[in-house]
Amino acid sequence: MNARRTLLVARKEVTHVLRDPRSLFLVLLMPLAQMMFLGYGVNLDAKHIPLCIFDREGSQASRTLLSWFGASEYFSVVNVLRTYDESVAALDAGRCRMALVIPADFSREVNDKGKTSVQALVDATDDNHANLAIVYARAVLATYSEKLRLDYLGRRGFAHQLGPILTVETRTWFNEELENRNLVVPGVMVIVMAMVGALLTSLTIAREWEVGTMEQLISTPIKPMEIALGKLIPYFAIGLLDTALCAEIGVYWFNVPMRGSIVTLTLASSLFLVVALGSGFLYSAVTKSQFGATLVALLMTYMPSLLLSGFAFPISQMPFAVRFVTYFVPARYYVTILKGIFLKGVGLKSLAVPTLVLGLYAIVVMVQVTAILRKTVD
Amino acid sequence: MTPGNGEDAGAIRVEGLTKRFRSFTAVDNVTLLVRRGEVLGLLGPNGAGKSTLIRMLCGIMRPTAGCVHVAGINVVEHAEAVRQHLGYVSQKFSLYDDLTAAENLRLFGGLYGLGGQALVARVQWALAISGLDGKGDVLTRDLGGGLRRRLALGCAMLHRPPILILDEPTSGIDPMLRRQFWELIHQFAAEGVTALVSTHYLDEADYCNRLALMSAGRLVALGTPHELRYAAARGDLVRVECDAPVRAAEMLKAVPGVHDVAIFGNALHVSITNMEPEAALRASLEARGIACMSIEAIEPSLEDVFAQRLGSDSREEPAD
Repeated sequence: MNARRTLLVARKEVTHVLRDPRSLFLVLLMPLAQMMFLGYGVNLDAKHIPLCIFDREGSQASRTLLSWFGASEYFSVVNVLRTYDESVAALDAGRCRMALVIPADFSREVNDKGKTSVQALVDATDDNHANLAIVYARAVLATYSEKLRLDYLGRRGFAHQLGPILTVETRTWFNEELENRNLVVPGVMVIVMAMVGALLTSLTIAREWEVGTMEQLISTPIKPMEIALGKLIPYFAIGLLDTALCAEIGVYWFNVPMRGSIVTLTLASSLFLVVALGSGFLYSAVTKSQFGATLVALLMTYMPSLLLSGFAFPISQMPFAVRFVTYFVPARYYVTILKGIFLKGVGLKSLAVPTLVLGLYAIVVMVQVTAILRKTVD
Repeated sequence: MTPGNGEDAGAIRVEGLTKRFRSFTAVDNVTLLVRRGEVLGLLGPNGAGKSTLIRMLCGIMRPTAGCVHVAGINVVEHAEAVRQHLGYVSQKFSLYDDLTAAENLRLFGGLYGLGGQALVARVQWALAISGLDGKGDVLTRDLGGGLRRRLALGCAMLHRPPILILDEPTSGIDPMLRRQFWELIHQFAAEGVTALVSTHYLDEADYCNRLALMSAGRLVALGTPHELRYAAARGDLVRVECDAPVRAAEMLKAVPGVHDVAIFGNALHVSITNMEPEAALRASLEARGIACMSIEAIEPSLEDVFAQRLGSDSREEPAD
């Protein structure tokens, strides 16, 4: 290891970046744009589900029930219809996700039998939202029927004895408002860092192979480790800058709480960056083409970070085989760490396992990078 | 073997060097000795294996078999140690074109271990020999082809290596600049540098002290340009201008005393022994109704040597 040669390569890389305004633009603008797009775009909450209503009865009772739906923040009534066919058409056209049909004998059945049902037609093309809509509708109906029962019993003088026997007092921790954005932002940060990291370095080695400068470089006494480190240092600095940028946007723009320490965040991000930058090197060194390397970098970072990191889909819900694969997705550990730092405010002690695994990945990737830069062209 | 071994060892010693890519043999059992202070030209058509051979000499490609010593160092075993003794300019122009000329020189000088005043002085020297005095701040991409080639050469000589290896350094630059380039190489050789230069321009052969001819991965001839010209031609060489050269060539090959016929443009070069060419050849041609304009004895050129040595030997090879 020769520090002078390493720094010479590092300085040359900085010059490349500074002289190419496009790369500078990419480095600073991409994280910003990604945070904005994904921060706003990815919303796993279901609120204000569009609802159509077909009230066959139009009685006092049916209108009260419907007003309960209207008052709920989970639904917004977009249309009141007059025929069944119109309800079907509204679902077909996607004007609503759920159509609620109240039977013509609604209040009579309630009064005579003390029991009736309403029909809900649900668009299940998005199963997640369909499930949520059903759950929310059941909740509204349950509250309403509870009220009917209490009214009935109240009129007979049983009011005080017959409140609910068991209730749950919930307190949600770490994300008190159950605000989905608080979970999305750290997840988006992982995706952005994985992509920016891999893309930054995926080009540098491939470009040198394509242009022919790599052959000149490896004909000098420089060692593979020095090339790897020299190229890593400037992109590592840029990556840390991008991490800071993403974290600031998360905290100051999206109001995600930041409960942990900056030191822990920096340490974990550094490890993850080494993994991401190193993977970029590998794609670059293996494909030796800028186009190929970019493609592989996108495929290998974006998809796993999005799908397998536990950000969009909970890992505990995945089938065993898929869950097994997630252990090999470094983003998974970084997601855990970021959520821990941002939302729980826990320190390194609680995050020791994912941090150590990230560290291990960092070492493995750098060893591979050095090995693949073995200074031969064949 | 250690650096600085006796003169006999030669500056570059290649023994039985072979490189195979799967079933394809790019360099086939090449043995070659380059003496100190010599300018050796490595000639051959595209795909003859010149670049592959050169990469193995520089230690940036591992041979399949065989052995290379450069400056007394076993390149296969100590690829990194040899680099300090080598100046290498690869076939592609390979300096960073978004760095200035001086930045490129400072980078490579630094990688070769130069620093401080020594580096400053060598960078000045390299700019001067590249014809870039006072133009050190020009971005390399804005330099003309000839200047860039000379800059690459200056870059390779920054650390005063005893051995210079150039892979087609003059390809794509105009003849005038090519001559200047060769003058530089000879200037270095006069100072004791050993140079191995590959080219596919035959007219550059006379700039070399010795030539190594490669074809289909094999070394097919080795000697001074003079030796090759005369050793190669068996008997005399005559130039025949006639109609229908292709048909005439086929026909003449059958004439007794004719060794070889090669087509050069619209004339034929015929190598013959023990015959009166004027009478015998003209008679044979005219007997078949081919008009013969002139027949004259000529001195063999390197094209003739090539035509004879490479003849049917050429083959396809993936471009490198």
